[in-house]
Amino acid sequence: MIEARAGTAWRVHFLLVIGVVVFAFPIYMALIGSTHDAGTIGRGSLPLYPGEFTLENYAQAWEQGSGQRVKAVPVAGMMFNSFVMAVVITAGKIAVSILSAYAVVFFSFPLRMFFFWMIFLTLMLPVEVRIIPTFKVVSDLGMVNTFAGLTVPLIVSATATLLFRQFFLTIPDELVEAAKIDGAGPLRFFRHMVLPLSRTNIAALSVILFIYGWNQYLWPLLITTSRSMDTIVIGIVKMIGTGDAQTDWNLIMATTMLAMLPPVAVVVFMQHWFVKGLIETEK
Amino acid sequence: MRRRVIFDNKLLPYLLLAPQIAITLVFFFWPAGQAIYWSFLLQDAFGLRQTFVGLENFRVVLADPLYLDSAGRTLVFSTSVTALAMVSALLLAVMADRRIRGATAYKTLLIWPYAVAPAVAAVLWLFIFHPSIGLLGQALRRVGVPWDYKLNGAQAMLIVILAAAWKLVAYNFLFFLAGLQSIPKSVIEAGAIDGAGPNRRFWSIVFPLLSPTTFFLLVVNLVYAFFDTFGTIHALTGGGPGKATETLIYKVYVDGVINLDLGGSSAQSVILMAIVIGLTAIQFRYIERRVHY
Repeated sequence: MIEARAGTAWRVHFLLVIGVVVFAFPIYMALIGSTHDAGTIGRGSLPLYPGEFTLENYAQAWEQGSGQRVKAVPVAGMMFNSFVMAVVITAGKIAVSILSAYAVVFFSFPLRMFFFWMIFLTLMLPVEVRIIPTFKVVSDLGMVNTFAGLTVPLIVSATATLLFRQFFLTIPDELVEAAKIDGAGPLRFFRHMVLPLSRTNIAALSVILFIYGWNQYLWPLLITTSRSMDTIVIGIVKMIGTGDAQTDWNLIMATTMLAMLPPVAVVVFMQHWFVKGLIETEK
Repeated sequence: MRRRVIFDNKLLPYLLLAPQIAITLVFFFWPAGQAIYWSFLLQDAFGLRQTFVGLENFRVVLADPLYLDSAGRTLVFSTSVTALAMVSALLLAVMADRRIRGATAYKTLLIWPYAVAPAVAAVLWLFIFHPSIGLLGQALRRVGVPWDYKLNGAQAMLIVILAAAWKLVAYNFLFFLAGLQSIPKSVIEAGAIDGAGPNRRFWSIVFPLLSPTTFFLLVVNLVYAFFDTFGTIHALTGGGPGKATETLIYKVYVDGVINLDLGGSSAQSVILMAIVIGLTAIQFRYIERRVHY
């Protein structure tokens, strides 16, 4: 300890508590909003304490989605769409990039660096920048309103490939030599050595990619025109519409709480992997 | 860098690469190529014929006062978001780095907004700042501020900045905290022995040693403010009122998807691509060199 001065600790606590409150306040208000009826919110007299309509609101949002003024699809269906999208993007990105990283690191073949740079280039352009031509390609392929159209274009990414490549380069040569002497081919080595060694990287990456997939906005907005394909994030914004005071804010807030639950739970309960994944992917 | 020991197999590496290369070709190179191709074409009013116009689209876009306005707004927006998110994150990280009771609990409580989708963050702030039902929106009106972000462009910009920065602080906080914890305590102790007070120690020792993290975050934050805030803006203001919150990425969407101006929108996309490539190049260059004193 460098110096202990009286009064420092409580000042630090005070500032941190302010930070936490500023961060939590919007969520707290959404939580409160989801426990009152639409009338109370619409009159602008939402109190700071929970109301009595919690179960009704959540049940109505989950099963119907629609209220008196909001026309929407059941939250259960939208949660399912978001979940499928997040899981397919996560699994797809990891599967595709672990294979290509393995090829680039453990083999020597013509055009190796050419392929590597091809993948590396995708790092430069986020999907938002090339959104319209990508949309046209997907619609030419007849993939609008399908899960394939929703997920496959977002699987294009270099970050996961670079991360696995970086890790594969640290696997000692002796290990590969031993495996070769023991007669293990490349596929056997991948299955029994590389895959188990990559477990922690896969876990960390999964957490980050799940959140990435769940929170997608612009792409699903373009690619899903039928309401049965809406993801939950899109669904909330559609429910708000023009944002009048007289709408079923209680249902919207219940939906908002449900939409935040899976990714926030992932971050809080898998914090260790989350922090590792975040810092690794940005190296 | 390459390995010494490798497998020799003629066909297998191509098979392993095939899925990623196929997806990249179809969903990356093809559309990116088309964007560049379209940016040189002019479509007639019915979308039937296209004529090659060279750099005409770029000339029109760059001379368009609406586009330049949007570029200026994007600059204001992204610098405000970046400054707000970085300063508050650094302050919180310095606090959480002190050895106090409950430091881990604070950390957990500060990082989870990262998981909230940008559009959902927008909805949360909308609910608080809504002029007639929001808690703070009503409070502002009660004390005499004519608060209505749906009518007032400056207020709309302010709330979009708040919603975008709110989410980013969590991310910056994590990286600043990791950066602070990697600074050797002995350096700071040496400063203390030489008689430097806490402020002096922070500005002359800690802050310079933190500069690689700061620089990295600067680039990441700018890229986030440029591209990942589409959801925030779309959900909160829809680019309005008027065009008060229409940033460059939002304009690409409006011109391409709503106004169906393929050539103009593609030219804008190509300009944005150039900006990202520039930012990434700067990042690589300086990360290699390590910003340090």
